Amino acid sequence: MAYGSFKELLAAAGSTGTLAAAAIAREAQDTGASESDVRVRLASTLEVMGEAIETGLAGTLRSRSGLVGGDARRVSVSAPRLAGDTFTDVIARAMAVAEVNACMGRVVAAPTGGASGVLPAVITTMATRLGSPPDALVDALATAAAIGGVIAARATLSGAAGGCQAETGSAAAMAAAAAVEMAGGTPEQAGHAAAFAIQGLMGLVCDPIGGLVEVPCVARNATGAAISLAAVELALAGVEFPVPLDEVIDAMGQVGRSIPPSLRETARGGLAATPTGRSLAGERPIR
Amino acid sequence: MIGPSSSHTAGAARLGALARAIIGEPPTQVEVGLHGSFATTGPGHGTDLAIVAGLLGMTPDDTRLPLARQIAREQGIAITFHECDLGEVHPNTARLELVAASGRKYLVQGSSLGGGDVVITLVDDFPVEITGELPMLVVVHHDQPGVVAAVTARLAADVINIAAMQVSREQRGARALMLIGTDEPVPDDVAAGIAAIDGVAEVRVVPRV
Repeated sequence: MAYGSFKELLAAAGSTGTLAAAAIAREAQDTGASESDVRVRLASTLEVMGEAIETGLAGTLRSRSGLVGGDARRVSVSAPRLAGDTFTDVIARAMAVAEVNACMGRVVAAPTGGASGVLPAVITTMATRLGSPPDALVDALATAAAIGGVIAARATLSGAAGGCQAETGSAAAMAAAAAVEMAGGTPEQAGHAAAFAIQGLMGLVCDPIGGLVEVPCVARNATGAAISLAAVELALAGVEFPVPLDEVIDAMGQVGRSIPPSLRETARGGLAATPTGRSLAGERPIR
Repeated sequence: MIGPSSSHTAGAARLGALARAIIGEPPTQVEVGLHGSFATTGPGHGTDLAIVAGLLGMTPDDTRLPLARQIAREQGIAITFHECDLGEVHPNTARLELVAASGRKYLVQGSSLGGGDVVITLVDDFPVEITGELPMLVVVHHDQPGVVAAVTARLAADVINIAAMQVSREQRGARALMLIGTDEPVPDDVAAGIAAIDGVAEVRVVPRV
């Protein structure tokens, strides 16, 4: 789904109607597959996402270090739901998938393993909230993939290259754009949602304790998903972000290059370098 | 994919799979150098397991991935890992020195770019760019007039479209390398036909990974 800019994607959506349709048409063109084949592949990806949510919410997994597992279930069952069911379901599902990922279970990189919880959490919960048909989720995934493709082309999706903003920030942007289209928002509004999500996570570093994709990664999927929801609400209300999405993505890439290596997935700075972080890493050998 | 990191696990598995495809025969011995974030957080991300899984031909969603090192041992493949500093390369870079069953030695270096995207940047002495997104024909040949034309003519005769192409050489008149990305996979008989072209030393077919 290789669009090099949101501008180009938006122009394509001008004739297809939605970002999703433009994304699917481009993927079919690039791969030589039919549009219905592309949809079948996306649907099978959704199945893996759904299974990961179920597995994580069951709450029986523990990670290699023992630091994570079971919290998604705790949130799902025990959270006071002060901000409403949609919000709590989203953060619980985001953690569920991230826990499965941390436990070396099967997930969909969305766009990465470390940030794999945000997108499935947001779009599946939105589908429940809106009563969307299964096809709408396929469209949502296509929209998300197109946005992720633009970010990969212009900046990076790698925590080692650009920090957590490149992972959960990208995931939140992909999810926000997808959710806006699910809710009937315009392609332009979807772009604003992605921009709001990225600006909210701009500069976030990658500082995994012990070098494991566990702490803070699982919690960051929940908080990243929360920012994604905020972005959706802003965009659907008609609020516009004044900097175009392509420029926001370029800025994210620039910020990523400025982040020192100690805060880019080397476990040498941030939370990983705290006394507790170091002690947890030392006390829990992984093999 | 199998977690926990698309760069360190899924991407690493694809790097292993590409290395295996590029050498074109099973390895018996592999020394893996891990650079940057691959070295510092790789063990926690299962990077070692993933590279081995790829070398064994597993895909990034293979649930046997966590057992890869054990499976390699059972198959008699000796794989060792060490940290290395490769200088100004992508933070997630691995350098694989492989010995194949034939006794031949290979060097393959590549980076995991995020989200599972990868690029092989070095094969033996040749700088390359192999992403695994297209089927790739790797042609080692002598740097002499007409070889490129003969190879592309053979592809054209079999209606195989060239999507990307890169030619490099060690020095004028010496060993050279053609990397040809194609839209259609290159069948074995076509590869054999290309291998028989005057000036072509060897041909390897690297599938989409």
